[in-house]
Amino acid sequence: MSSSTDLNIDHVANLARLALTPEEKERFARQLGEVLHHIEQLRKVDVSGVEPTAHAFPVYNVWSEDVARPGLPVDEALRNAPAQRDHMVVVPKVVE
Amino acid sequence: MSAELHFKPITELSGLLAARKISSVELTRAIVARTRSIDDRVKAFNSFDEGDALAQAEASDHRRAAGQARGALDGIPVGLKDVIAVAGQPLTASSRMLANFVSPYDATVTQRLKQAGAVVWGRLNLDEFAMGSSTENSAFKATCNPWDLTRVPGGSSGGSAASLAAGEAIATLGSDTGGSIRQPAALCGVVGLKPTYGLVSRYGLIAFASSLDQIGPFARTVEDAAIVLGGIAGHDPLDSTSFQTQIPDYRAELAKRPGPWRLGIPKEYFGEGLDPEVAAAVEKAIAFYRSRGCAIKEVSLPHTEYGVGVYYIIATAECSSNLARYDGVRYGHRAKGAADMADLYFRSRAEGFGAEVKRRIILGTYVLSSGYYDAFYLRAQKVRTLIRQDFLNAYREVDAILTPTSPTPAFKQGAKSDPLAMYLCDVYTIGVNLAGLPGLSVPCGFSSGGLPIGLQLIGQPFKEAELLAIAHAYERGHDWHTRHPNL
Amino acid sequence: MKYEAVIGLEVHVQIKTASKMFTRVATGYGQEPNTLTDPVVLALPGVLPVMNKAALDAVIKAGLMLGCELARVCKWDRKNYFYPDSPKNYQISQYDQPICLGGGVEIELPGAARNVMGEHRKVPLTRIHLEEDVGKLNHFAGDSLVDYNRAGTPLMEIVSEPAMHAAEEAFAYLTSLRATMIYGGISDCDMEKGQLRCDANISIRPVGETKLGTKVELKNLNSISFVRDGIAHEIRRQIAVLESGGTIVQETRDYDGQTGASQSLRSKEMAHDYRYFPDPDLMPVKVDDAWRNRLKAECPELPFDKQRRFLADYQVPYTITSVLVWDRALSDYFEEAAKLSGRPQAAANWIVNDLLRELGQAGVALAASRVRPAHIAALVQLIEAGTVLNSAAREIFTEMFATGGMPEAIAEKKGLKAAPTDAGELEQWCRDAIAANAKALAEFKAGKDSAINAFKGPVMKAAKGKANPKLVDETLRRLLAAL
Ligand SMILES: [Mg+2]
Ligand SMILES: [Zn+2]
Repeated sequence: MSSSTDLNIDHVANLARLALTPEEKERFARQLGEVLHHIEQLRKVDVSGVEPTAHAFPVYNVWSEDVARPGLPVDEALRNAPAQRDHMVVVPKVVE
Repeated sequence: MSAELHFKPITELSGLLAARKISSVELTRAIVARTRSIDDRVKAFNSFDEGDALAQAEASDHRRAAGQARGALDGIPVGLKDVIAVAGQPLTASSRMLANFVSPYDATVTQRLKQAGAVVWGRLNLDEFAMGSSTENSAFKATCNPWDLTRVPGGSSGGSAASLAAGEAIATLGSDTGGSIRQPAALCGVVGLKPTYGLVSRYGLIAFASSLDQIGPFARTVEDAAIVLGGIAGHDPLDSTSFQTQIPDYRAELAKRPGPWRLGIPKEYFGEGLDPEVAAAVEKAIAFYRSRGCAIKEVSLPHTEYGVGVYYIIATAECSSNLARYDGVRYGHRAKGAADMADLYFRSRAEGFGAEVKRRIILGTYVLSSGYYDAFYLRAQKVRTLIRQDFLNAYREVDAILTPTSPTPAFKQGAKSDPLAMYLCDVYTIGVNLAGLPGLSVPCGFSSGGLPIGLQLIGQPFKEAELLAIAHAYERGHDWHTRHPNL
Repeated sequence: MKYEAVIGLEVHVQIKTASKMFTRVATGYGQEPNTLTDPVVLALPGVLPVMNKAALDAVIKAGLMLGCELARVCKWDRKNYFYPDSPKNYQISQYDQPICLGGGVEIELPGAARNVMGEHRKVPLTRIHLEEDVGKLNHFAGDSLVDYNRAGTPLMEIVSEPAMHAAEEAFAYLTSLRATMIYGGISDCDMEKGQLRCDANISIRPVGETKLGTKVELKNLNSISFVRDGIAHEIRRQIAVLESGGTIVQETRDYDGQTGASQSLRSKEMAHDYRYFPDPDLMPVKVDDAWRNRLKAECPELPFDKQRRFLADYQVPYTITSVLVWDRALSDYFEEAAKLSGRPQAAANWIVNDLLRELGQAGVALAASRVRPAHIAALVQLIEAGTVLNSAAREIFTEMFATGGMPEAIAEKKGLKAAPTDAGELEQWCRDAIAANAKALAEFKAGKDSAINAFKGPVMKAAKGKANPKLVDETLRRLLAAL
């Protein structure tokens, strides 16, 4: 397992779309360094041949039949939208 | 008498309602009045809607008048943690990100409470997005412990625990990802139950860590907890992780299960960091069970020490993805004057999230990022398997496991400034979530400083009836639950 | 230097379901903006996904038709990336355990001539997985507007091996894949509606070189011919770059079908790290034999298999089969007519030449055609029996097409039937004709069989062309034999 030192805050904050102040970067790096140091003890555990647990009680084929039900009226759907026009959500121009 | 209504359990109030000695409107008014008079000090509520509550109470009284009362919860004000959706009500997760969000839909538990006739009451404070153990991480206010207003109520469901202890609700719902129901229940001197993963629908619960989150009740008594659990448990087609299982009448089961039981004491839970007063109270509880003919066995949960590490990998990884939707586009906080999409994302999220949430998103993003997945997430899932195995092995010898809920009683606000220290508060509760087991905290005494202490009972998967019965046996032998903070 | 192109296609196909992939609000195209949403589609706080059984059925069916290996167990993963058309800012997809592995798409390369069958081969598939579609961005001068109607629509991603070497192959691949999906009822694959979308990975290398060159991803190829043109253009572009001493940069390029030019897409993702991990909100899928076999039974015969059968069983010419088999309804129509008439070639000719032309001109769909296989069969049989002549048959067909009447009745009504009503009348005309031509009679008697034709003209003339040639011939021979 890698050590706290290679936590690249700028790279990770970029992936997470979080603008961090220099002060936050410094503080988080230090605090998470301690957490990662604690986490490193997992290295001691022998997990060879151990299956990972994704669900505490896995069951298969949980689905529903393909029957359409009514959704939200458009005004309810956009009720919390910060900006809307013509029943659509407005965002800054996306250049593809 | 109505002055004291707010401290009565559901079992008594439902009797008074049935006998028409009180009305739901009267009870709800008492709760509203109590809340108005003390919540500026307890700070348990993000908001409440008196008109909506009284309308529900009236509807309950009309049902009763028409002979259509719906059982023990009908007319009872039940408070909801502000991560559980109620149609037409705010849903903030105590985050600036959702400060103005109004839910257009009901969570499944909300639906079920309404069907049971309960008065859905108030939006209860929490650590932002349920990330914390003190409710100090709320973007709005720090909830205080009713037993000592300078101390924390625990967290993340601090508002749910504190409001109940303070008589601002008759029962409440919280959510528990690593101890967020049991630890505040212990610190506020009430009963808190985290059900088996999959027993209660998560639909409408704002996700923190999807594979660990469960909704559960806070109540004054074990019997009340059984009543509320019965009202919300059961399979939900809207939650693919909810389990198909028969839901017994938990309240009726209490009487049918006199014990004695085989109780396991995991030595790993009684090591350093455990407050001596807490240890003593738990020892007394053990002695009580022994005196009632229970077999007390020492068991071993050898991977306990890895719990916190596994938890902070899995929980943060899942939260980093679950919280990606809070981007200022369709709802929630949007930064002003964004130059382009990137700017909108970066600043909306920077302005909308508090420090602890940012820290966990960063950690979770890191452990999932390319090159680290196997070393962190995959490895954590494997150790998680070992932690589950520890419990299942123990259950070959015992019916339930008995531990302290929290290493210490309520600590002072601001006492735990560094995250790791805060994370370590959850050392006794985290394993239960990782293993998907039911866990319950029941009051088991007070510290010399008059602070409540909680006893944690950990049950077997989907055997909540047994777990409640074990706790009930303890509660009937003690009067801790009859004490209330004076505010 | 001689270059070889290496092409792999990533095709997204929208599955035709009533409701979305992970919630039961309706799917649809062309509706008012944001009228096909619910809390799950909008990724409101607290919502959870629930699988759509029909979408799973569809992708398994697709896998079976394309000869894929079906996973016994598959799971769901989250693909994390921020984009305004993606409500959760992660897409629920399948990363390391897709539902289908391997398999292939049979294609036909252009033949030596239009009427000659080209070479067939199988383009191998890497995988097929199931995921969810995103919303739609509408761009304006100062901003963009988001419509989430499409978000959450079940989407199948079909990934080919980099095993094609020319734009024509990619064209053939898409044509065949599209037909297969339509045959299976999995999707209508209308590219205009975005029901089938294609990205191409293209690289070139010197002929004989075995390792792949730097690949360029070509996006927005929104019609099958744009795919062909775009790929051809990109291959030329890359060769030009190399030949002018440049190097190919790994990039995504956008092809504009109108201008036929492509340009590099820079500003999309800032950092590419999708942080895939298993979606804790969804349970894995286990495909047992019973389920698999039930769907296997629903799989239709594939177009190329059908074509081989038509050629073998009905001896229909290649050009005609290649019109018939790509349209499942049309090929079914043909088979019915062939069986009813017992004359497959004749039926095929009427369908491909006359019926399709008339339908085309009238702008009528086959399903709506008044002329049903029974009409075609009846007409073919009338001609075969000599009851109507080809010239009359055309007229009858036109009437059939307009009214839907049966050919027999039309021939009757319009007096288009061959053979006079009175057989005695015919015999009299024949006697007259023989009597009027002693020379031909003598020749016939002398054994010159073809001499009989000399009598037929006058008989037909007398019958105003309506005599049944077979009957005329028979009658003449009977009379001549008696002389
Ligand atoms: Mg792709
Ligand atoms: Zn895809």
